[in-house]
Amino acid sequence: MDIAGVFLGGFAAGMVLFIVSVGLSVTMGLMGFVNLAHGGFAMLGGYTMVLAMKHAGLGFVAALALAFVAVALLAGLLERTLYARLYRAGELDQVLFTIGLVFVMIAAITLGVGPETQTIRLPDWMRGETDLGFVRYRTYSLVVIATGVALALALWLGFERTRFGARIRAAVDNRRMAASLGVDVGRLFTVTFAIGSGLAAVGGGLGAEILGLDPNYPLRYLAYFLIVVAVGGLGRVTGVFFAALLIGVLDFVLKIHFPKGGTMFIYALTLVLLLARPQGLFGRKGA
Amino acid sequence: MMRGAAAAAEAFARRHRLRWWEALPWIAALAAFFVFPTYLSFGTQLLVTVLFALSLDLVLGYAGIVTLGHAAFFGAGAYTVGMLAAHAGWNEPLSGLAAAAAVAATIGFLSGLVLLRTHGLTLLMLTLCTMALLEQAANMGAAWTGGFDGIPGLKFQKILGLFEFDVLYFRTQYLYALAVLFACFVLVRTLVYSSFGQSLTGVRENVLRMHAVGAPVRTRLVVAYTISAALAGVAGGLFAQATGFVNLAVLGLDRSAGVMIMLILGGYGRLYGAFVGAVAFLLLEHVLAKAYPTAWQLGVGVLLVLVALYARNGILGLAEPLARRFAARRGGV
Amino acid sequence: MSGAIPILETRGLCKAFGALEVAREIDFRLERGARHALIGPNGAGKTTFVNLLTGVLAPSRGQVLLEGEDVTHLPQAKRVKRGIARTFQISQLFRGLTVLENVAIAVAERMGAGGAMLKPAGAHREVLDETIRLVEMLKLGDDAGRRIGELPYGRQRLVEIAIALGLAPRVLLLDEPAAGIPSAESHIILDAIASLPAEIAILIIEHDMDVVFRFAKRITVMVSGAVFAEGTPAEIAANRDVRAVYLGSALDG
Ligand SMILES: Nc1ncnc2c1ncn2[C@@H]1O[C@H](COP(=O)(O)OP(=O)(O)O)[C@@H](O)[C@H]1O
Ligand SMILES: [Mg+2]
Repeated sequence: MDIAGVFLGGFAAGMVLFIVSVGLSVTMGLMGFVNLAHGGFAMLGGYTMVLAMKHAGLGFVAALALAFVAVALLAGLLERTLYARLYRAGELDQVLFTIGLVFVMIAAITLGVGPETQTIRLPDWMRGETDLGFVRYRTYSLVVIATGVALALALWLGFERTRFGARIRAAVDNRRMAASLGVDVGRLFTVTFAIGSGLAAVGGGLGAEILGLDPNYPLRYLAYFLIVVAVGGLGRVTGVFFAALLIGVLDFVLKIHFPKGGTMFIYALTLVLLLARPQGLFGRKGA
Repeated sequence: MMRGAAAAAEAFARRHRLRWWEALPWIAALAAFFVFPTYLSFGTQLLVTVLFALSLDLVLGYAGIVTLGHAAFFGAGAYTVGMLAAHAGWNEPLSGLAAAAAVAATIGFLSGLVLLRTHGLTLLMLTLCTMALLEQAANMGAAWTGGFDGIPGLKFQKILGLFEFDVLYFRTQYLYALAVLFACFVLVRTLVYSSFGQSLTGVRENVLRMHAVGAPVRTRLVVAYTISAALAGVAGGLFAQATGFVNLAVLGLDRSAGVMIMLILGGYGRLYGAFVGAVAFLLLEHVLAKAYPTAWQLGVGVLLVLVALYARNGILGLAEPLARRFAARRGGV
Repeated sequence: MSGAIPILETRGLCKAFGALEVAREIDFRLERGARHALIGPNGAGKTTFVNLLTGVLAPSRGQVLLEGEDVTHLPQAKRVKRGIARTFQISQLFRGLTVLENVAIAVAERMGAGGAMLKPAGAHREVLDETIRLVEMLKLGDDAGRRIGELPYGRQRLVEIAIALGLAPRVLLLDEPAAGIPSAESHIILDAIASLPAEIAILIIEHDMDVVFRFAKRITVMVSGAVFAEGTPAEIAANRDVRAVYLGSALDG
């Protein structure tokens, strides 16, 4: 494959990682909650699409929107009822709780839908190739890239330019200070968590063509999502964007050239990086 | 008032003494040998898992290090024994376990030295990455490790030159594993009740305060991590010897998370939580998981959520108030 | 002021958190056996100063000297070994452990027994005896076997002090030892402090002016990270600037 093609392939994979992981970064940075169940929300998004398209006859885009809304609502509900009780608990309790939640999600999907791999039928307009002038490439990948970049821009603007974003930034930097300035931290948490999980659902559905979709999804990609967040820095949208891009492209290139050792290189790189910069490549010190 | 402190000190000075019920697990294990002669293969797995959970208890339960990568050491021990036997003809069991302990301890020491500078999410990630790295290495170095298929058909010499491995009924393996578990347990128990163990508990409870009393916190943690790694390595080595094979399943997130779940269900930081948790979990799994694997996973998931929300001290934690009431009625302390 | 080398001294100590300067050119002397109070409004940088003295934080400039020897770059643990102990404004205790165990951990570390692996913790007789002595000295005997989490906060504050004393300090830094407890109970803490061995040099951070003037032989006033005034209680009470800026109503009223 030519360089542009490899880059675009990696870019698309990176954008899927970004869309799924960005919510995890914000919630972990904001709430200090080790949420190993995040990938579960991505999976639920994918399955919502599968079911909505198969049984309700929804189109791809409508099903994607539905996945966002449904998963965001579910996540908001879970945050209010269960997650919120464990904010003050230690990491261990959070790890246990979220592993338990992942198991429940996996089992529920296996029982309800079945253990087999699902495919989400792409609409016809995404299936061909598009000529970009310098290269022809799969339209689907280009859509993923465009969505990722657009979301990154929107999130960045939302973070930097809106009051809601300013509140989140304040709460990430100093939760107590934000509370004392009159920010309703509890509500902020719920809304952020819901949106972050909804985005994960979008990533799970839109990216199913790249990451696949089966009940084991949340555990298979757990390390990847966590790595993206750890490398990008907690609560840093731009950090997660570049980290996801970096890892997506690296993984894509390495899998082509060293089908077996590629993943190992990424783990090693992460290890070295986190030892040198525990706050991640783009995180602020002490954050 | 004078009596208060002295009495508390007396209780403190006596707390490491053996209690009668501490004999129960060992009696039960020996009884099982005679009562269930056809289940000793499963029994051996149980003992190995108890040892693995016990090693985790030292770092997680006592020192409060939350790790998702403990299977790295189990795997290191298993592959050490497997590769030595397959490629170097080193198949004397006891020295094999010693080698497993040494390799796992070395990995634990070196990784602990750098990893334990961090904490929280970063530490969690780093333990996960270290293990994933080993897993990938085992997958890649197929010439040595057998790659995905692993190394089957390992053969070992007689234990102490006397007891032949029993491929059919696992009698020798069971007693061998029991003896190794007992030796390791004595070590862990000694450590836990020592000043060293007390200082690990201090780190878990309040690391800031531990620094403020002048304790060399990181050194203590690295030492604990290394010892724990060695014990997990022994468990892994034992697994390879007892079953006669090694494959990628000895390392990985499944095994790490699994042992953590067992320990927590049993009750961590309690020495016997490893026994209760591993036995309860594996017995239930043995009975239920084969018939209803998905329902089993659902059940474990729900159980974990409930434990995290309501019963952080596990089965033993639930039993302790009852035991205390019982002791109070009998006029004990 | 004597010409002898003070037990603890800082020279030009500076510390900033980002743009916020919380220690500015602090020159400070704590004499042997001192009873010294550090006062100043909330956010003045008093706790930060204690953190700089104990090595929790590294200064951006300046020196910390213990008996004339530069300890600026010594880690916290080494400074503790040389006799600097502190208590925390917000209790930092081992909540799941008993009072006795809390103190025993500190004593064991000081006596070099903290890393012993084979002997049971309770078999270090010298550690246990010293622990009992301290627990009784602070009148915590009745609670010795209870867990910290079960104790009222006032008792917890006493455990803070017992732990610090377990380190056999030559310098004791008390960061608002009576903070967070009802004033009706605070005399228990302050009595305990008043009866500490005379040879320990004590620096106390305290907001209650009655306590400060009763206890301290010397007072340092800190405002916005800098030493604003220093002197005997009489000098401080008479200092117009201090009265104007800080004490004001506390003395007049
Ligand atoms: N770790 C820190 N990072 C940033 N600012 C800090 C930190 N610790 C203290 N501060 C700030 O430094 C100032 C002094 O705090 P402190 O020393 O606790 O004051 P005091 O003990 O006199 O009340 C305060 O404005 C506080 O918010
Ligand atoms: Mg303060």
